[in-house]
Amino acid sequence: MQALSSTEKNIELNIESIRNEFPILTQKVNGKSLVYLDNGATSQKPKQVIESLVNYYSTYNSNIHRGVHSLSQKATDAYEQARNTIQKYINANNSCEVIFTKGATEGINLVAQSFTQHNLKIGDEVLITAMEHHANIVPWQMVCEKTGAKLVVAPINKNGELIFDELKKLLNKNTKIVSVAHVSNALGTINPIKEIITLAHQCGAKVLVDGCQAVQHMAVDVQDLNCDFYCFSGHKIFGPTGIGVLYGKEVELNNLPPYQGGGDMIKTVTFEKTTYNELPFKFEAGTPPIAEAIGLGAAINYINEIGINAIEKYEHQLLNYATKKISEIENVKIIGEAKNKAAVLSFVVKGIHPYDIGMILDKQGVAVRTGHHCAQPVMDFYEIPGTVRASFAFYNTFAEIDFFIEALKKAIKMLS
Amino acid sequence: MQSILEIENEITEEFELFGDDWESKYQHIIDLGKSLPIINEEYKTEENIIKGCQSRVWVHAQKNGENIEFTADSDAIITKGIIALLIRVLNNQTPKNIVEAQLNFIDKIGLKEHLSPTRANGLVSMIKQLKYYAIALQN
Repeated sequence: MQALSSTEKNIELNIESIRNEFPILTQKVNGKSLVYLDNGATSQKPKQVIESLVNYYSTYNSNIHRGVHSLSQKATDAYEQARNTIQKYINANNSCEVIFTKGATEGINLVAQSFTQHNLKIGDEVLITAMEHHANIVPWQMVCEKTGAKLVVAPINKNGELIFDELKKLLNKNTKIVSVAHVSNALGTINPIKEIITLAHQCGAKVLVDGCQAVQHMAVDVQDLNCDFYCFSGHKIFGPTGIGVLYGKEVELNNLPPYQGGGDMIKTVTFEKTTYNELPFKFEAGTPPIAEAIGLGAAINYINEIGINAIEKYEHQLLNYATKKISEIENVKIIGEAKNKAAVLSFVVKGIHPYDIGMILDKQGVAVRTGHHCAQPVMDFYEIPGTVRASFAFYNTFAEIDFFIEALKKAIKMLS
Repeated sequence: MQSILEIENEITEEFELFGDDWESKYQHIIDLGKSLPIINEEYKTEENIIKGCQSRVWVHAQKNGENIEFTADSDAIITKGIIALLIRVLNNQTPKNIVEAQLNFIDKIGLKEHLSPTRANGLVSMIKQLKYYAIALQN
């Protein structure tokens, strides 16, 4: 790999010491040093997160909220501390507005199912965008089929940006909820969600933001955005799998019926009538993923130590550098050229299937994602079978991008 | 007429020449994929398609005496190269032999990863489909 030139070095982040905290980054793949550029699918974990899991299971594994014994108290404290950490990270008004889920998919399904019970009927509309992940399409299709509400899709332009005027026109008094990605997983587009939220509220619609590809790349302030709901997955923000967060305004969450029934979400149970627990427990039926929540808390603490603004700035430099380098390769077309983008570089190579590129990159130790990225309507819009997607995290380096570009050139040469 | 096992062994020997050199091996597969027009365009229909999550595969089968003839194609060249190998092994064999074929050579030549169901390139479904065709065309 090439050495970094002095102008490319980042003055704010010590990438070398950061990389030392991610044990997996020293792995060899197919005999080559791993260049991990599949962060959009899942991120790697710093040792602080791994140690928090080991520590939990080694020293205080216990069920939470109901135990009188010391370990249960300790586990409950750690679990609730993680909730507080997340509350601060997204600047929620109250920790009861932070619901632990198993991931963003569950967060969206929770809102779709619970919201529907009292709020969706024939003639109502649910507005999404043409760049949504399947997880922000299918749950809404399911509730629309059930209720007779209509799923309305706001279009995008060829740069992969929302056509804001069209979205404006689609919003009307029948729009009950708008569900939109903060950042597109397939294109990297950062959507103007604050403006969308303001407009939606003017029509009386609620807004759910899918923040899966945003929270790890930029500061998110749910009060400033004024969104009604915001969800993300823990594993994409350096935390464990099986944990996610659904933020909801206290008043909105109180208005929603529970999603699942079980232990922990009840106040009293008789065969005649059950009364539900207060927030956030009303939405956390059963034993939650305790270790994973604590691990997610550790991940957010780790990000806080580095600083999300420094991360955003550095990743922006990485994306610009990669975009410039890849644009110099003949027959490469970038898919998603929005003005505002975050850490995602999706592309196709003329005459070569993305799958083939991905295979030859893998043989050289470079991990990227190929295919439709669970956003088939986006691929249909561009009339392509899929893309190759390189997605970055703050532990990636300029040297890795150089290596990726050379590996890509080799793949193109072999496959042409 | 060579048996399935004989052809498998022949391919395994050919691939032994590449040793640990992934580049030559994949270049060979890519060349196989490029050089073979392995399906008649008229059979590249929606109903002959096997949808993988990533690459698409088309398969057509017809009877030639007691044996089955296969043609197939894919939009991804590496997938197509591997298809070329599978067709070379299974083409013009009896239905019984096709159904019973273990196809261990894929593992031996170091391409097992392509047959993992999680690869979603259509190859696993394709092999299943080849065997279904063999059963269907038996009588």
